[in-house]
Amino acid sequence: METGSLEGTGAAADQPVWRGLRPGLLRVRRLLLVVWTGVLAVAAGLLPGLLAGPAWALCALLPAVSAAWCWRLLGRNWRSWRYAERADDLLISRGVLWREETVVPYGRMQLVEVTSGPLERRFGLATVQLHTAAAATDATIPGLDPAEAERLRDRLTELGQARSAGL
Amino acid sequence: MTSRDRAEDAEGGISERSPVTERRLHPVTPFRRAWAPLAVLAGWAVHDPNGAQEQLARLTDTVLLLGLAVLVPAAGLYGFLSWWFTHYAVTDTELRIRTGLLFRRTAHIRLERVQAVDVSRPLLARVAGVARLRIDVVGADDKDELAYLGEREARALRAELLARAAGFAPETAREVGEAPARALVHVPPRELARSLLLTGATWGSLCAALIVPTVLWLTTQNVWTVLVSALPLLGTAGASSVGRFVAEFDWTVSESPDGLRIDHGLLDRTHETVPPGRVQTVRIVEPLLWRRAGWVRVELDVAGSANSVLIPVAPRAIAESVVARVLPDVTVPAEMSPAARGARWCLPVWWRGHRLAVTGTVFAARSGLLCRRLSLVPHAKVQSVRLTQGPWERRWGLADVHVDTGADKTVTARLRGAEEAARFLGEQAERSRTGRRAALPDRWMTTD
Repeated sequence: METGSLEGTGAAADQPVWRGLRPGLLRVRRLLLVVWTGVLAVAAGLLPGLLAGPAWALCALLPAVSAAWCWRLLGRNWRSWRYAERADDLLISRGVLWREETVVPYGRMQLVEVTSGPLERRFGLATVQLHTAAAATDATIPGLDPAEAERLRDRLTELGQARSAGL
Repeated sequence: MTSRDRAEDAEGGISERSPVTERRLHPVTPFRRAWAPLAVLAGWAVHDPNGAQEQLARLTDTVLLLGLAVLVPAAGLYGFLSWWFTHYAVTDTELRIRTGLLFRRTAHIRLERVQAVDVSRPLLARVAGVARLRIDVVGADDKDELAYLGEREARALRAELLARAAGFAPETAREVGEAPARALVHVPPRELARSLLLTGATWGSLCAALIVPTVLWLTTQNVWTVLVSALPLLGTAGASSVGRFVAEFDWTVSESPDGLRIDHGLLDRTHETVPPGRVQTVRIVEPLLWRRAGWVRVELDVAGSANSVLIPVAPRAIAESVVARVLPDVTVPAEMSPAARGARWCLPVWWRGHRLAVTGTVFAARSGLLCRRLSLVPHAKVQSVRLTQGPWERRWGLADVHVDTGADKTVTARLRGAEEAARFLGEQAERSRTGRRAALPDRWMTTD
């Protein structure tokens, strides 16, 4: 479950083929973490260090330590994300501590959205989001290869049309 | 009654394609629209009585008369123009409402997507012999209603809309007329009054309305504080007791080939028609104090509809028989499985209230200990299924199952065993797929 490879699209109905997210997503998130930790650490080190004495500059360690922890959390969270296309529905599973698994039948899809922000584009990533008539349906797959995202979008809309059902 | 005008005097584009008769609303409508400026003035006067009096004293009679001479025709003109520029038309596939003098707005409401049709007659409208017709579709605005139509016209239009939505041929749709209805439940006023007396909210709001102003008076001795706090409290108390009685008076649920008909109201009469297959979820609510009498309230969710009550109060057996008619092939499950073993550590005491039953046609989840709520979702109406599990729940091997429906309601079965929930997730997806195949088509009178 490393990257979203293109082979094996026709998954058997009973045995879902799980796919993970692109490692690029983890890199983007860790990069953001490092950047923000850097800013915070400088602020936490400089302010007390200048105002209260040089020893207080050690406060800068606090963001750094928590960032190391977050580094691990991000990795675990990234590994927990996976999705599978079955014959009639899409499965999305995610979360480490708070786990969530979503099943969306293709026929229920009202709208498939592919988004890609500037940072995501820089790292070659795209997000696919599915909307059904229920606003509570939270079916988002981040960190996909743009080609894979488009393939998924086309497949979902195609299957959605074939199995379309009203409200 | 209605001034009919052909579409050719309006923009040509639409009328050329389909020779559709555009109709205007009832001529009494301008008066309703003319209210708006006067209501703004009245609101200002009520909001700031001292300021209003000062301003009035400063005005001389001539200024006042001049002001009235400008204001009244202006309001009248506004009302007239907004009426003159509002048209509606029924075509084979849609109801079209065209409004707007400066900002043109055309609403196209697709008839096969109709979720419910409401005809309401507020007190004043009843006096004038007019009614308001509203079509509930997903995403419909408050603006997309026809207010006002003549009463007979509203009824004929409702019958025509339903006949067209049902899939009758356009030529016959006008002649099909009103489908015959058969009454299922009628709530007697005595029962309604007793049920309201046995409702905690009624007494709670009444107590609050009596106690809070008294305490304030004793502590502050300030009339204004007391008035400001007492008026809204009295308002809520009135709305939850007398207001509900008046609104739910003479509640009748009947059945017709066009679907479910709900009629109610003492002063404002409201009528709702929900075509077959539009109900997303049904809830049977059983407050603590009603349990001795064996009463329940039945609520329903229809996508895009404001009304959520099906029966305000009824004996359980009758309520269940009505539910069986609303959701075809569904029986309210008598036996429900309790939450899994570790549930007491996740939700002390209240875990007992959470129960679940899944039959071949329906997903039924109950929650609440004092006020029991049993939610029923037919498998065919399920939009997506989710399983969630927090760390503490995992410690006890539990998980929650959420079922999302199209009326933006999520029904949750809490505290199930993790394995059971995972198995259930797979089965539920399968069930909702097979359930949808058996569902009625959008146009319920067609057979394919």
